[in-house]
Amino acid sequence: MGRGFSAINLASAALGLCFLYLPIAILMIYSFNASRLVTVWGGWSLAWYRELLADGAMLESAWVSVRVALLSLARSGRFRGRLLFTGLLYAPLVMPEVITGLALLLLFVAIGLDRGFWTITVAHTSVTLCFVAVVVESRLLTFDRSLEEAAMDLGAPPLRSFLLVTLPLIWPAIAAGFLLAFTLSLDDLVIASFTTGPGATTLPIRIYSEVRLGVKPEINAICTLMIVTVALGVVAAAMLNRRRELQRAEAVDLTAKL
Amino acid sequence: MLGKAKTATGVPHWRRAAVIPYVWLIAFFLVPFLIVFKISLSETAIAQPPYLPVLDLSAGREGLRRFLAGLSLENYAALASDRLYLAAYLKSLEVAAFSTLMLLVLGYPFAYAMARAPRRLQAMLVMLVVLPFWTSFLIRVYAWINILQRDGLFNQILLALGIVEEPIGWLSTNTAVYIGIVYSYFPFMVLPLYAALEKIEVSLHEAAADLGAPPWKAFWSITVPLSRPGIVAGSLLCFIPIVGEFVIPDLLGGSATLMIGQTLWTEFFANRDWPIASAVAVALLCLLIVPILIYQHQQAREIEQGR
Repeated sequence: MGRGFSAINLASAALGLCFLYLPIAILMIYSFNASRLVTVWGGWSLAWYRELLADGAMLESAWVSVRVALLSLARSGRFRGRLLFTGLLYAPLVMPEVITGLALLLLFVAIGLDRGFWTITVAHTSVTLCFVAVVVESRLLTFDRSLEEAAMDLGAPPLRSFLLVTLPLIWPAIAAGFLLAFTLSLDDLVIASFTTGPGATTLPIRIYSEVRLGVKPEINAICTLMIVTVALGVVAAAMLNRRRELQRAEAVDLTAKL
Repeated sequence: MLGKAKTATGVPHWRRAAVIPYVWLIAFFLVPFLIVFKISLSETAIAQPPYLPVLDLSAGREGLRRFLAGLSLENYAALASDRLYLAAYLKSLEVAAFSTLMLLVLGYPFAYAMARAPRRLQAMLVMLVVLPFWTSFLIRVYAWINILQRDGLFNQILLALGIVEEPIGWLSTNTAVYIGIVYSYFPFMVLPLYAALEKIEVSLHEAAADLGAPPWKAFWSITVPLSRPGIVAGSLLCFIPIVGEFVIPDLLGGSATLMIGQTLWTEFFANRDWPIASAVAVALLCLLIVPILIYQHQQAREIEQGR
């Protein structure tokens, strides 16, 4: 569908992108505002970033978030072969978080687990598992099974053919799933609120309790930092992926010429 | 098929590999729902855990009998008789239905433009749509508080243009909730639509034009029907979570937009009434089970077609 990119199309694309990015841009600009009053522009300043670094609780909760995210990532990365249980898989994707959160909490209470860091991790793993699985599955759809069969015909045991043939081929999808799981876990407020306990306040919980009390410049600062970190990660991943694809295209070209 | 027979040697291995997440999902997704259901039949109590009866396995059969006798449908009766809950349910459905419609109206032209953009640009546009999705949900809602508050940017612009005489309180209104929801769920609507629209051949349009159809007619009788899977997937992907949405109405809405997710949250965290909160969750799930099943069915079919 290359042709027909008319003025109307251009306008709707531009409007849509403005809608998506303007609020974020405004927030980022205000994080550099020197004035204590959020809405009065007092010139550029890094004051709120300094303030942020001095806020121990905020940094502590950021660290908890990162640890939870890393751990749920490690767990959900475990490969699960071809997924025959799409039913169980798609429900958590759309399930309202309040229900999932409540359900998991009641489970933890029922089996007598102390709530805290580990319960959040288990909860996030369960939810992100489904997201990762769906991303990986979409890649497996385009995966040519005969490659794996060929490896096994040549005498490779199933595990070995999986490690040497399947895994490298679906690796980009697994990486994308990792990134997705990480940000989902880092971002989650509702499920974490239900399953947390004393001593494990994640960054979203902390931001939420601050935001309820009104707009604060420090929050603008930490939000900007989070956005920049994530954006850099995604752009880097996309560029890496693109380079790999270019290399592959070149290799294909080369073999065609030979 | 010859290939099938050969993979048969590999199947037990795949089965074994698939067991771990299967067990994990049953343990942490299915079992919790059964517990929610059980507690929704219990009574509130000032105890630890704060509900009665508690299943006492050590008492054997007598304990089980006493446990079953203690269960009741009282919480559901309370839900049905209290207008507050009913109003919250209806409000949630109303908000979800209207915002899904708005998302469709706003998202469709955008997705269409994406699908019609030059190839090189398309990849870029997809990334630009996905990028805000990677940034925190909470942050994006918070960005709107910045803009919509009484002395915020939106009011400043309106004042400067002379559209309004004095600042308007946008926060704590229905409008703010709708803006927040449409903004946050925009990528969820656009991406399935784009995926469906991108597959449609331009030549179909050209054929329609050759046969004398005006552009709007070609659009209406070719593009729209062919993009139906995208419309269904996008709408469900937005509608279902919006019904249970908590963060957006809580931060941007007021008492006029009390949605069911907030009711559950208040019952649980403020009132410490676990059985009622569970009953609310079960009732919400009953409401959503049909759309969820449709969504699953549709996704499964898509995958089958993809094979």
